[in-house]
Amino acid sequence: MDCVATGGNVKVLAKAIHSLSRIGEELYLEPLEDGLALRSVNSSRSAFACFLLSPLFFQRYQAPSDQSFRCKMPIKSVQAVFKSLASLDRSVEKCRIQLNSEKSRLTITLHCKHGLLKTHNLSYQDCESLQAVFDKESCANVLQAQPRLMVDTVLHFPPSLEEVNLSVSSDRVWLRNHVEDDTDSSRAMMTELCLSSEEFDHFAVGSQTSVTFCLKELRGLLVFADSSGLPVSMYFDEPGSPVILSVTDSVLEANFVLATLSEDSHPKNHVNSNTKRPDTEQPADDFMSDDMDSFLIAMETSELPGPSQVPTSPPQPTNDRKHSFSEEEQEEEALVEGPPNKKFCSLFFGSVLPTPSQLPNQTMQSQEVLASDSEDENQTETS
Amino acid sequence: MKFRAKIIDVGCLNHFTRVVNTVSRLTKACVLRLTCDHLYFVLSGRVATGGVSMWCELSQGNFFDEFQLEGVSADANEIFLEVAPENLSRALKTAQNAKSVKIKLTKKSCPCLTLAAELPSLSSVSRVVTHDIPVDVIPRRLWHDFREPQMPDFDVSIYLPPLKTMKSVVDRMKNLSNYLVLEANLNGEMNLKIDTDLVSVTTHFKELGNPPWGDDGSQSSSPTHRDPDLMAEARVDIRKLQQFLTGQQVNPSRAMCNIVHRRILHLIFLHEDVSLQYFIPAVV
Repeated sequence: MDCVATGGNVKVLAKAIHSLSRIGEELYLEPLEDGLALRSVNSSRSAFACFLLSPLFFQRYQAPSDQSFRCKMPIKSVQAVFKSLASLDRSVEKCRIQLNSEKSRLTITLHCKHGLLKTHNLSYQDCESLQAVFDKESCANVLQAQPRLMVDTVLHFPPSLEEVNLSVSSDRVWLRNHVEDDTDSSRAMMTELCLSSEEFDHFAVGSQTSVTFCLKELRGLLVFADSSGLPVSMYFDEPGSPVILSVTDSVLEANFVLATLSEDSHPKNHVNSNTKRPDTEQPADDFMSDDMDSFLIAMETSELPGPSQVPTSPPQPTNDRKHSFSEEEQEEEALVEGPPNKKFCSLFFGSVLPTPSQLPNQTMQSQEVLASDSEDENQTETS
Repeated sequence: MKFRAKIIDVGCLNHFTRVVNTVSRLTKACVLRLTCDHLYFVLSGRVATGGVSMWCELSQGNFFDEFQLEGVSADANEIFLEVAPENLSRALKTAQNAKSVKIKLTKKSCPCLTLAAELPSLSSVSRVVTHDIPVDVIPRRLWHDFREPQMPDFDVSIYLPPLKTMKSVVDRMKNLSNYLVLEANLNGEMNLKIDTDLVSVTTHFKELGNPPWGDDGSQSSSPTHRDPDLMAEARVDIRKLQQFLTGQQVNPSRAMCNIVHRRILHLIFLHEDVSLQYFIPAVV
C-alpha cells in the first residue's frame, strides 16, 4: 500500500484523525478500491465514525495488492504523528503512508520543508473489518445545515453534557439536554434551544420525532466540519435507530453513526443497567474481551439480515444480545472511557458474510472461526 | 408570587452577566432576594462557608427594561430564592448577543427561574434558548437570616491598592502560607503580611487614602481620637481573600476595606449601580 497526500490535504487527514480520536481509542485503517477508510468505534459500541478518503484525495493512491489488508492501531500513536496542526500547515509538504508487511509496520513519512523527513513506523494489529450497518437513504428525516449553525447550537450546552434530545416538527427543531428520570433530575438545569426550519439548508421531516443521542462524540465531527466549511447532514428515524451525521465533498465522505435511546429505555421502572442482567440472556462470556473480532464473531453466529437487506432495525433477539454484551463489557471496563450510557443499544455491526453469488472467485477461509471474509463491507457502506 | 423581568440593552446584559459571574465565583449557592427596586445576592455567614458572608446589591432599574414583582404578600412584597449562581452564569453566558433576555419565576417539576433569550438567527424567526434553573423558595419565617448586614464598628477604614497589584501579591503569598494578616492605619498605610516558620514576607502600601466616613458610617471613635499610625489588623484565611480578589469581573469605581481589629475584614466594592460587600472573619 502506498498513499501520498499533499498540501492542504495533509491537514485534512490530520483533522480527520483527531476527529476520530474523539470517538474511540483505536484507529481502524483499511485501504479499499474506493479509497482509504479510517474508522473508529467507542467502547460501548454506541458511536462509530468512518472517514472515506477517495483516491482523488491523494496525489498517489495504491491499495495493497491482496485487497484484504486491514489493521488497527492505538489512535494516540497516529495522533502523535500529526501532532501540531499549525506546524503541519507551515512545514509539511507531503505525507506518505506505506505498508511494510514484512515488518508489520505502517510507515508514515512526513516530507517537510528544507528537505526534512520525519518517518514514523507504527506497529499495527490485524483485525476484522469494522463496519456499522446503516442506510442513510432510508431515514425518514433529513436535515442539512451549515456547520456554524451546529456549532452555535451546541455552544449552549455545557461541554460535559452527555446526552441531548433532538425533536423535530414540521417547522421547528428543538435541542434539549436529556436528564435521566431516576437521577437528581429535579435539581438539574434544563436547557432548550428552538430553531426554525428556515435556518437549515435542507429540512425534510417525515413526522414528528424525538431522538436522544450522545453529544460528546458529535463534537468531533463538528470541529472537522467547521474547519472544512462543509455542510453537515443529519439522518434519523425513530428512537432506537441510529442517527447519522455526515459531511461530504468530492474527495471525502465522513459518517458519524450514533446510537439513540430506544423507547423502552424511557420508563422509570425499566431494568436499571446497574443491576446485572439475569444469566438467562445469552451472555457473551466467551467474548468478554474488548477485541472487535470476538464481537463480530458473536454477531456472525446469530441471525443476521443478509447484505441485500437494509437493516435499520435489527431483529429483536440480536438487540438484546448486543445490549447484554455491551453492558457486561462496560462493567468490566469500569466505565473508564466514553459516555457509556448503558441504555443505548449498540449499533448493529455486521461482518456481513457474503452470499455465494457475490463471491465468484473467492474461497471462504474456514480453518479458524476467527477468520471471516468481509469483502462485502463495500456494499453495506453507503455511498 | 410572581416575577417577570426583561433586559433588552446589550450593555446592561453584559454588566448583569459580569455581576452574576463575580457572585458565582464567590459561592456555590446563595440567596437571591427580589424587591421592587433591587436585587440582592446574599450569602449569610455560616460555619460551613468558613464564616464568610456576602451582600451584593443591584439597583433593578439600571439593568432591566421591565420588572414586575408580586411578592409573598402585600405587606411583604419580596421574594427570596435559593439559587446556584453558576447556573445563572451558564445561562447568561451564551446569551450575550441576545436581542432580549426574559427572566421569570416558573413552576416546572420544581420552582424555577426561567431565562429565555431571543438570539439572532439566519432566518426571520429568532432562535430561542430557554434555561430552567431550579430554585428553592425561602419561606418568610427564614427571611431574617438574610438581612442586610450592619456596618461594623470598624477601627480603620482604608481604600485598597489597585486590585491587580493586590491580587498578584496575595497569589504569591498563598504559596507560602495559609494565613495572611492585613493591617492598616488612618494614615493611608496598609501592610499585607505572612509569617511562617521558614519565612516572613511583608508588602507595604502607602498613600492609599482613607474614606471620610463622617456622617455616613458609624465609627466607634472619631478619627481624631485614634492615633493615625496605629494599625488595626485582621488575620484571615488567605484562600478566602484570594477567592474574593480573583472573582472580580467588574472593575469597581471604589474599593475599600474596613477592619475591626482582630475580628473582621469587611471589603466593599462600589460601582455605579452595584455594591458588593464581603465579610471575612479573622482567625486567631
